[in-house]
Amino acid sequence: MSAVASLMGRASVTGDRSGLGIAVILLLLVLLAGAALVSLISGPTGVGLQDLVTYLGGEADSLAAQDRIILEAVRLPRTALGLLVGAGLGISGAMMQGLFRNPLADPGIVGVTSGAAFAAVCAIVLGGTVLAPLQALFGNQFLPLMAFAGGLANTFLLYAIATRNGQTSTIALILSGIAIGAMSAAATGLLIFVADDRALRDITFWSLGSLGGATYAKVLSILPFILLVIAALPFVARGLDALVLGDAAAFHMGVPVQRLKRISILAVAAACGATVAVAGSISFVGIVVPHLLRLAIGPSHRFLLPASALGGASLLLLADSLARTVAAPAELPIGIITAILGAPVFLMLLLGRNGRAAMEGL
Amino acid sequence: MFVAQNVSVLRDGRALVADVDLALHPGVFTVVIGPNGAGKSTLLKALSGETAPDRGQVFCHERPLSRLSAVELAADRAVLPQSTTLSFPFTALEVARMGAIAHGSLDPTRAARTALARVGLEGFEARPYRALSGGEQQRVQFARALAQVPLPVEHGRARALFLDEPTSSLDIGHQIGVLEIARDFARRGGAVLAILHDLNLAAEFADHLVVMHHGRIVSEGPPLETIDDRVIADVYGISGAVGRLPPASVPFVLPQSRHTQQSKAG
Repeated sequence: MSAVASLMGRASVTGDRSGLGIAVILLLLVLLAGAALVSLISGPTGVGLQDLVTYLGGEADSLAAQDRIILEAVRLPRTALGLLVGAGLGISGAMMQGLFRNPLADPGIVGVTSGAAFAAVCAIVLGGTVLAPLQALFGNQFLPLMAFAGGLANTFLLYAIATRNGQTSTIALILSGIAIGAMSAAATGLLIFVADDRALRDITFWSLGSLGGATYAKVLSILPFILLVIAALPFVARGLDALVLGDAAAFHMGVPVQRLKRISILAVAAACGATVAVAGSISFVGIVVPHLLRLAIGPSHRFLLPASALGGASLLLLADSLARTVAAPAELPIGIITAILGAPVFLMLLLGRNGRAAMEGL
Repeated sequence: MFVAQNVSVLRDGRALVADVDLALHPGVFTVVIGPNGAGKSTLLKALSGETAPDRGQVFCHERPLSRLSAVELAADRAVLPQSTTLSFPFTALEVARMGAIAHGSLDPTRAARTALARVGLEGFEARPYRALSGGEQQRVQFARALAQVPLPVEHGRARALFLDEPTSSLDIGHQIGVLEIARDFARRGGAVLAILHDLNLAAEFADHLVVMHHGRIVSEGPPLETIDDRVIADVYGISGAVGRLPPASVPFVLPQSRHTQQSKAG
């Protein structure tokens, strides 16, 4: 920590925050390891640190069968899922803010998550009937693919409505986001009438968000989406930096602007769709994490995107551990916890200098 | 090196730029002047590749811009836009560094520092861009453009600088400072195109002066032969304002002298 503080001091003199970015990323790796550990040892059952050490120490056989099952079949997949979902939320937030050149753009706030959730609910409710051939074709990937398509449709729609001549006005972004989100939510509501009991429970689940019911199948179904998005990061980071100066300036500096935007929209939709498919709508992680990181390491996407992935994963794992223990044996929906943490930060952003400037100027 | 052939840019059926031929040569500082709405910025956008012309073609080193990628163009020219607002808190150094990264510099941080020092912003590296004054922001952007084409000639190829009103927010000292850097870039073999509103600075710094009016080039050539009473009267609507400084024979425009003209006429 003191190393980071001294790097911050140096960056405030030289204006170069690269060293700081690397240091914070390393720090976040440590934080993520800690968060994963906390996630593995928290829960309503008594399986704790000692059992985990025994298990990891290669003496798994000495554990009670029940404890072993809890670790292998419940905690591990849940931690893995939380890690992937948190990384996806962090990246999709940071990338969308870069794409829209607006620190307030968050997939959860501007309706992209609702679109993904609507498509996911479609897949659940209609998967056995109208969409059965598609379900048979894609199997395990059907749900995340549908959520991806829903998120993609809403991102495109939002971009088409809120962006004029390459400039996105904050008012247009938030308002059209609310409208698009409301339309998606209404369409989801309509599906309730044709849904059976199981589907109804799922719809409730999508609206609040939860990592409950994590399985290795779910982990594997979203792993390729998150890995693809992470692989895309080095290709968009420099372009998103240049895009902060505007479409024209980015083009002047050799950025193929249209291609950059297409890749970014696809990546946002993929990350967002993947998270919604397995965990429902979890808001505010995508806005809180990049915002805090920008304060520490600056807005350069080279460091901001990977740091947001690590920070998002850490935050989600810790929030999920809290969700599991605070009202044990019952479980709070994780969306409630991230909203309690995130909504005040969002308001601070709106009331702060940057927020006011963004609301008036752009 | 940049050549516009018969270029027209249309908006809503109106020609913002009409049938313009213009060549930017290595070693030449070209300055475009003209009243508001004359089509200067539109012409700069067409030449720099930002806007595709509706008629005619633009060439860079004999290749049509329509066939060049953004990356290829960025290697040959940098552009200073009129003003740039940022939605995220980059420092001055980070903004200038974007130009150095676009150039493919091996040490972009050092290149950015050099560019900032060149425009007189040493010590401003860590300042947040958005907290700078308009003139300082403009100089940071100029540093970014310089970092993108640090050498006027590289691998035997001339590079170009496009400056859209580079002096609009600057005090007189910095106006001259920026134009001297641009002139030096041309002296060392680069091509420069600048849009200026100050006719006296234009006359002093231009090797080749271009006067635009209603989307067309109405006069071009060395400043001495290009600015005269008739052109200024036709284009700006002020008469009898051009004088000549005896030693350098640099024409100067003194708008106040229109009063003497009018009283003579009366």
